[in-house]
Amino acid sequence: MVYDAVIIGGGLSGLAAGVRLAHFGRNVCLLEKQPRLGGLNSYYTLKGRQIDVGLHAITNYVPRHIKTTPLPKILRQLRIPYNDLELFPQTISCIRFLDKEINFTNDFNFLLQEIADKFPKQIDQFVKLSKSLSGYEGYSPSKEFISSRKILHSFLSDPLLIEMILCPTMFYGSSWENDVDFPQFSILFRSLFCEGLACPRGGMRKVISLLKEKYLHCGGELKTNCQVQKLITSDNQVTQILLNNGEIIKAQKYISSIGLPETKTLCSDLPLPKKLLDQKEEARPGNLSFIELILILDTPPVNYGLKHTITFYNDTEHFLYQRPQELVDLKSGVICCPSNYQIDNPSTKEGMVRLTHLANYHLWKKLTREEYQQQKEFCLKRSQEKTLKRYSNLEKAIKAQDIFTPLTIEKFTGRINGAIYGSPLKAKDGRTNIKNLFICGTDQGFLGIIGTMLSGITIANQHILY
Amino acid sequence: MTKEEIKTSLLDIISEIVPDEDVNNLEGEGAIREQIDLDSMDFLDIIMELRKRYKVEIPEDDYPKLASMNSSVEYLEPLLANK
Ligand SMILES: Cc1cc2nc3c(=O)[nH]c(=O)nc-3n(C[C@H](O)[C@H](O)[C@H](O)COP(=O)(O)OP(=O)(O)OC[C@H]3O[C@@H](n4cnc5c(N)ncnc54)[C@H](O)[C@@H]3O)c2cc1C
Repeated sequence: MVYDAVIIGGGLSGLAAGVRLAHFGRNVCLLEKQPRLGGLNSYYTLKGRQIDVGLHAITNYVPRHIKTTPLPKILRQLRIPYNDLELFPQTISCIRFLDKEINFTNDFNFLLQEIADKFPKQIDQFVKLSKSLSGYEGYSPSKEFISSRKILHSFLSDPLLIEMILCPTMFYGSSWENDVDFPQFSILFRSLFCEGLACPRGGMRKVISLLKEKYLHCGGELKTNCQVQKLITSDNQVTQILLNNGEIIKAQKYISSIGLPETKTLCSDLPLPKKLLDQKEEARPGNLSFIELILILDTPPVNYGLKHTITFYNDTEHFLYQRPQELVDLKSGVICCPSNYQIDNPSTKEGMVRLTHLANYHLWKKLTREEYQQQKEFCLKRSQEKTLKRYSNLEKAIKAQDIFTPLTIEKFTGRINGAIYGSPLKAKDGRTNIKNLFICGTDQGFLGIIGTMLSGITIANQHILY
Repeated sequence: MTKEEIKTSLLDIISEIVPDEDVNNLEGEGAIREQIDLDSMDFLDIIMELRKRYKVEIPEDDYPKLASMNSSVEYLEPLLANK
């Protein structure tokens, strides 16, 4: 049998693409190498507790009556009712650089007031910036990188404010070092500040099960524990794919969500010019990876004075968003308290804190097995000392903890270098040099949970449905 | 299908795409997109739902004919006559 479409990878983008195709009656098969769906943002169990691999925030949160922004658009495209997600908005979050703090909530005017109070000379220009961003399309087919830093400098004169605004957009979605591609910046600015942050009841399990059930209900075929080993091409077309169990699958069109360089490694017999994209520079694996620490507390962190939902912090004069020279860069990071979403009837009395820092994949990779274990322990300890010292007694409240390194990310998702945000160069229109092979998700250019779902939808629409 | 059946089916399709909108108050004249929040992706979904349900192919040049409820029903009637 020849499928209409095969989707490689059951992360959020692959699932969203699958739901669209299956809903419109396409004969579609989704292949995921792991036993579980969700990819970079899946879930697991830690000593009996249900934990999300990544979830800090569902971005782009808007209340139900708003119809025109990405979140409601995605839900309509997927035919998932808004209320099914059961979203709980954040309370308050902040960007903290040394002793300067900008707070923000899901009300954009609150942020404007904060800027007016803390950077009074900048507020008029900041308003101008946000107005120009709200009119900016966000999607740009241009393959050239556009520096957000440069554009911010043309609006704002205070370098500290520029760094503070860039910081959350870098941590939540830049595959470039020390900058963000401007179309991506404009999307992130709106999704974090103009729209907002929320968390679904039940976390990623909820999101993934909604997608999976929808997909299966519409007649989509799902194969988990099923790794694609090779894309066999001839005459600039994928003719068939080979699975690790020896099975061969054929389809009219193929959508890959596993990343550009990752997809390329599967195309062993790529025709000349042996590139997936027509660009001067071939898509190379990203350099940026992270460690993620998960701490379970006996009671919610607000009891120890940690009231923010998300804190983006930097403790140096010059904030660096780049691959660190050491295993981990503890001088900056993200502190997320899922317990600080406005959840009614939470399922647990325990609290949780997540800590994210930039990390160097190559240095982690060099460690021996024993050193690796030691360094994990050491990072857990040092990160806590560093980020939590201002909250008295919080460290004593820790009941369980876990840590993911760049190697964990690579092992479970196949992302080369553990690069969560993928390759700096993106396949923005989803096309490749192979006629019937398309890219969706992270390396198409839309990032994060909501972004990659939108990517899957868009690629399925443009290249298969419309 | 009769005109009445086509209208009912269209309303059913629209309310599946935008479940939060009250489609029963849609006026026959006047653009659908001015009366309820439908973006271009939603509009294309109406076309695709028609294709999925009734196997009707609507060429892009004819999309403007689906602007209002009345004009849609007029346009679809001959196409759906035998369905
Ligand atoms: C720790 C962490 C925290 C995060 N926090 C947030 C957050 O709070 N908010 C947010 O919006 N985003 C967050 N993200 C980012 C978000 O999770 C990702 O942007 C998004 O999930 C990427 O989806 P994707 O579909 O592009 O790719 P992936 O999730 O990587 O999906 C690709 C899938 O392909 C599978 N695969 C790989 N190779 C093969 C193969 N050869 N054959 C078959 N299958 C294969 C993988 O197993 C994977 O399931 C976080 C990510 C991490 C790692």
